[in-house]
Amino acid sequence: MRPVYVVSGGVSKFTKARHDKTFQAVVKEAFEYAVADLNIDTTKFLELVDGSVASYFSDHFQRQLMSGIMAQDYLGLCPKPSHRVEGGGATGGLAFQEGWKSIASGHMDVCAVYGFETMSHVETWKGNEFIALASDVSFDFPVGGFYSGYYAMMVVRHMQEFGTTVEQMAHVSVKNHRNAYHNPYAQKRQKLTIEDVRNSTMVAWPLTRLDICVMSDGAAAVILASEEGVKRLEKAAGRTLPKIKVTGIGRGTDAMRMSDRPHKKVPLLSFEKESDYKNLKYPGIHSFRAGRSAAIQAYKHAGIKNPIAELDFVELHDAYTSSEIQTYEDLGLCRYGQGGELAVSGKTFMPGVDYGLKLKEKPICPVNPSGGLIACGHPVGATGLMQAVFALWQLQNTIGKHFKDPALQIKNAKKGLIHSHAGTGTYVTVSILEA
Amino acid sequence: MSKKISDRVEETTEGTILYNVPFPKNIESLKELSPIIIKQPYAIDYIHSYGQDSPWFAGLSNKKLLGTKCTACGYVFATPKLSCMECGKECDWVELPQEGKVHSFTVCYFGAEAFLHETPFILGLIEFEGANTLLLTRLVGLDPQEASLKWVGMKVKAKFRRKSQFKPTDVYFIPA
Ligand SMILES: [Zn+2]
Repeated sequence: MRPVYVVSGGVSKFTKARHDKTFQAVVKEAFEYAVADLNIDTTKFLELVDGSVASYFSDHFQRQLMSGIMAQDYLGLCPKPSHRVEGGGATGGLAFQEGWKSIASGHMDVCAVYGFETMSHVETWKGNEFIALASDVSFDFPVGGFYSGYYAMMVVRHMQEFGTTVEQMAHVSVKNHRNAYHNPYAQKRQKLTIEDVRNSTMVAWPLTRLDICVMSDGAAAVILASEEGVKRLEKAAGRTLPKIKVTGIGRGTDAMRMSDRPHKKVPLLSFEKESDYKNLKYPGIHSFRAGRSAAIQAYKHAGIKNPIAELDFVELHDAYTSSEIQTYEDLGLCRYGQGGELAVSGKTFMPGVDYGLKLKEKPICPVNPSGGLIACGHPVGATGLMQAVFALWQLQNTIGKHFKDPALQIKNAKKGLIHSHAGTGTYVTVSILEA
Repeated sequence: MSKKISDRVEETTEGTILYNVPFPKNIESLKELSPIIIKQPYAIDYIHSYGQDSPWFAGLSNKKLLGTKCTACGYVFATPKLSCMECGKECDWVELPQEGKVHSFTVCYFGAEAFLHETPFILGLIEFEGANTLLLTRLVGLDPQEASLKWVGMKVKAKFRRKSQFKPTDVYFIPA
């Protein structure tokens, strides 16, 4: 397979409601930002791009089927090839990897991947109902379908199994909201305390409102290219482009119904031993087997042995503070059962940001330096691509330029991981990007 | 905990029917026009078939809790699957014990619109002796305010609705 480069990206400001524009026009904002950042005129770029991938989750939020083609024609990309990708919360991560495939296979040299979601066209509780329809409508949804409830049951089991605490979870909320304080694209830019998180309204025990991401309207776009494609774009731009390479790709799945999750052995990463997990029945509902499967493949592909030491940062799918902790373990940033301790250690925090917390250790691998889903918002089809854009900017060393604030730029970032995750861990993707 | 007094009027989707809006004399200023936001109602009755899973619902209406068992590897599903996830072979119907233990739970203070009026309600995943998978259900007869990890492992027993609705809520669990 051919090497694939991420050359540019753009994100619309995530916000509760974008009533000022239709989704096509919001996609165009992100797309045009990415094109403009290449220093290429939009009309010229439309000649140079070979095709696209459209990323969006829901048809019923807008009551509009075939939204993808409406974005495609609005952007002026017709009649070039395109297809829609859907996989719940992991839609963006899957779309990114579909774009990667288009380039790696030789099918395209320049591919635009754009994602979006318009969640403001229904009221919040109807929106929760729509999202809950992404659970088995015969056996799960009618019992009281509510995603926050599903994740709450998963973390209750994590607490039971490993002793994880709500205070450890609250650390994730404080970290991500505080990081987003420096990210102008984020929906919630807040300085919080552990008490703020715990005293916030209880949504699904033990998760409070500040443990949970919000619904958003938004779009994101990335442009991927082969060696040939990069040359083509460089010629049009009249300059050389920084080469950020996709060096690892992995995916996994698990059963839709949490009740169907097996209780078996942990698939091991290279630094783990079977004896580490003698009494652990895996994944049960406490861990995301799909995430572990995706990590194993991506690390093998990218040659990563000790993720927390080798990765300069991680942008992961923290729809819940609890799932950030669970994902630390799936990704092997620590062993299973140590996620809670890692969350409070300081290792996953940003250097140079004052969180108002006493942290024992220095940052070694910031997780969700952008603020993650918790603070940036989660316009589903855009989310996984937003992570790709923020990761690209970290690796290009251009966070300061794009955020108009250098606070979140990780010095000398060379290797980053993005992680996209669908409802209760059904589809998970992991992609590794390197400068 | 002191009760918070809200300083917000609740937003609703009730609205006024509008038949005209102001329009500028100058066409160049049209891009400054505020977006027009309308209400589009949408309702539908689905003709939903439980297909091969139908006997499970028939079981509930006859106070029987059914699961399935793989004919080849013996894996037992507490939420029925007629195709074995482990080996791909066919499963047969079996009766499950009507007592089990709470594997995990949560108290939902909010929810999907359809269930908002039932909050707070308790969701539980139940494990059964001899079954390899769990069952999602409502836990009833517990005080939501008393939620704690002590509920994990609690012995519970099935209760059935007298008037079946042919929904998974025809069965629910109470402390045994
Ligand atoms: Zn079997």
